[in-house]
Amino acid sequence: MKRESRTRSVGRAVVRKEGREKVTGAARYVDDVRMRGMLHGRTIRSEIACGELRGVRLEFDRAGFTIADHRDIPGRNVVSLIADDQPCLVEREIRHAEEAVVLLAHEDRERLLAARVELDCRTGTAVFDPLISTRSFKDVRIEKGDVERGFAEADLVVEGEYRTGHQEHAYIEPNGVIAVPENGGVVVFGSMQCPYYVHKALTTLLGLPAAKVRVVQTETGGGFGGKEEYPSMIAGHATILALKAKRPVKIVYDRAEDMAATTKRHPSVVRHRTGVRRDGSLTAQRIEVVLDGGAYTTLSPVVLSRAAIHAGGPYRCDHVLIEGRAMFTNTVPNGAFRGFGAPQTQFAGEVQMERIAEALGMDPVELREINALRPGDSTATGQVMRDDCSALDVLRAGVKRSDFRKKRRDWKGTSRGIGLSLFFHGAGFTGAGEVKLASRAALELTETGVRILTGTTEMGQGQRTTHAQIVADAMGIPYDRVEVAPVDTARVPDSGPTVASRTCMIVGGILMECAREMKAKLGKLSPRAYLQKHGPLVVEKQYRHPEDIVWDDVNYKGDAYGTYGWGCEVAEIEVDPDTYEVRPLKLTAVVEIGKAIHPVLAAGQVEGGAAQGVGYALFEDCAVRDGRVANHTLTNYIIPTSVDTPPIDTVILERPYRHGPFGAKGIGELPLDGAAPAIVNALRHTGRDLRAIPATPERIMEAT
Amino acid sequence: MKFTLNGKKVDVKAHPMARLLDVLREECGLTGTKEGCGEGECGACTVLVDGKPVVSCLVPFAQVRGAKVRTIEGVQDPLQKAFVTEGGAQCGICTPGMIMASLHLKSDAPPEEVRAALAGNLCRCTGYTAIYRSIRKRR
Ligand code: FES
Ligand code: FES
Repeated sequence: MKRESRTRSVGRAVVRKEGREKVTGAARYVDDVRMRGMLHGRTIRSEIACGELRGVRLEFDRAGFTIADHRDIPGRNVVSLIADDQPCLVEREIRHAEEAVVLLAHEDRERLLAARVELDCRTGTAVFDPLISTRSFKDVRIEKGDVERGFAEADLVVEGEYRTGHQEHAYIEPNGVIAVPENGGVVVFGSMQCPYYVHKALTTLLGLPAAKVRVVQTETGGGFGGKEEYPSMIAGHATILALKAKRPVKIVYDRAEDMAATTKRHPSVVRHRTGVRRDGSLTAQRIEVVLDGGAYTTLSPVVLSRAAIHAGGPYRCDHVLIEGRAMFTNTVPNGAFRGFGAPQTQFAGEVQMERIAEALGMDPVELREINALRPGDSTATGQVMRDDCSALDVLRAGVKRSDFRKKRRDWKGTSRGIGLSLFFHGAGFTGAGEVKLASRAALELTETGVRILTGTTEMGQGQRTTHAQIVADAMGIPYDRVEVAPVDTARVPDSGPTVASRTCMIVGGILMECAREMKAKLGKLSPRAYLQKHGPLVVEKQYRHPEDIVWDDVNYKGDAYGTYGWGCEVAEIEVDPDTYEVRPLKLTAVVEIGKAIHPVLAAGQVEGGAAQGVGYALFEDCAVRDGRVANHTLTNYIIPTSVDTPPIDTVILERPYRHGPFGAKGIGELPLDGAAPAIVNALRHTGRDLRAIPATPERIMEAT
Repeated sequence: MKFTLNGKKVDVKAHPMARLLDVLREECGLTGTKEGCGEGECGACTVLVDGKPVVSCLVPFAQVRGAKVRTIEGVQDPLQKAFVTEGGAQCGICTPGMIMASLHLKSDAPPEEVRAALAGNLCRCTGYTAIYRSIRKRR
């Protein structure tokens, strides 16, 4: 009873804070905003994958045009992120075919689009294959035990190479911003995940003090990582034009430009060599991970870290060697995409497990049961699992719920197949990331309750709601007394980027501390009485790193994440024997996420993530020719429709994380990790040996 | 050109070959109708013309002369609330189009019928499951 009253909104499907406007058409996305005197912006791109810019010819009547190039950048010509290697506008060197060279703006969109610009370039020799490339953005090495000794103990060694392709985010709202000159600086409105990334990039680009740059998030029509780093680029472009024109400039990409020029998921090549005893226990894992980073560093080093740390899968093994590298190629830079390297390596790992089971003549569930991490076991980085390690639970629940064993028997030799995957996903930034971020969040007292001030963004996941639930219950006030401030860097603190399944768990945790302090400060007073007596009250807190989470960034050892979410997905499919098309029949997704703060929103994350995984497994195929995406439209880049997406049966298990608000762990990325290997393992069940995704009809035909 | 917009008779000046989508968003100020692709693939721009869902990015303005056009701004239906409570709207960018395409569906329509009816409306956030739930829960 007592417990009930303490958590009045957490765990319940309270009315969403971000619901009404979205269903009435009132929500304002960036393209819905128009300003007086506004110009439209356009980007002229390099078009060659490698070379040197020699000259630019403007072949149009310039009346009414604002024209800008790198010489118009007042500060440093970089899109500031991890390494400041990517220019905002090309000066001389061209590293990929979609680099921005010249910017144009005009009031009239038709004239803008009709303007012809010719580039004079010298073409160089491009590198497109990451296995041939000799330039690495980052190398990672994770070593545990002695892998050679592990192989000596093995009865059997299984080897395999696995490949995954680019994946396009295909948020339904393309990237877009509006830049408005203001008080000798600029304010940028836009669709984005990380307003403070944009803020930092703009202060660097413009050479302006922080106070002269304001970034405001507009309603964001999907992100999935695709609006993590790219908005800094497009915001830079619009700002350069706006400052030159002294007028607001809007740049909203159309679908083709968005798909051609913005970041994608890193393609991967992953090689496994696994030693195993007859009884099924793993003795050695040697894994090599190669990611195609594209032409600039962007986030590749951290994507690689996560990829490598997850490469061994949720299994115990005493002797592990994982080596990873993210390679330069002359293609559009790859970047953040939900899962952030983990879907690639866990695809490889889970297909490898299936092949090990086959080699041993063992049931694939049994093999996973034998090796699944249990509390007390350690991962490849030596992180010791605690009570909230749920690999076995999700596996058993998934097998039971989907009636896996019976279907496995009954469907043998038919065109139907069933397969599963077991996976985990580290919640929050990798390693020392959260310490470095030092995120802040705040609460402001209002007449009737409190207002949340954070720089984290709503993009569909419902973070305004889950944060408000956490605050309401931590303060012991009704949920509807909690408001959420709009995201404007002039008003809200830097809560770190809205990425890495960290928003509910990490930022929610900071808010929980704010709420406790706010409650203590109020004492017995009502908010109104407090304000009358003492005046305004804001409580701001910074992330405090739990002392029991220890990471060694040099040797890649220790607690890579505070905790992990756990998942088991079971895919049921049918292959058309004539066309080799795969029809997904059903997906069962069992996840353990600590605590579902809002059960409907949590289920939405699982369903949506799993569906993106279905696309990744079967349909989503970027045809890259000469370093450019040839199929940059939704007509020929296929994302799952209602007809392609199978019914998704979601089961949420809860095993509280000791440092999460109300026990919550991260959830956003986890469900994407498991769908592709489950589907490919279901294809194996029909007798087809696939080692690459997407599993297109052509690939399936070859494997038949 | 005269037509009926959300129940009101209107007279709007625009090029006859302009996309209905642009006329609605720019001339009529109804920005609830969204552009996701501009090529008839995503359904974000779905509106009703004489009661039938159409993708307004492919409809030239001239085609709606004298017709009844309905956009999300002209909808007041329990389905909208169901989209909120059941999680049918995540980022919300597909939602206006999705609602316009679902209005004619009965809450007890067989799943196959619902899936087929929404096959032209892409949603990247929900995996559609919550959208089906919303349609079923409409009261
Ligand atoms: S914008 Fe009309 S179908 Fe996509
Ligand atoms: S809710 Fe985001 S695309 Fe459907």
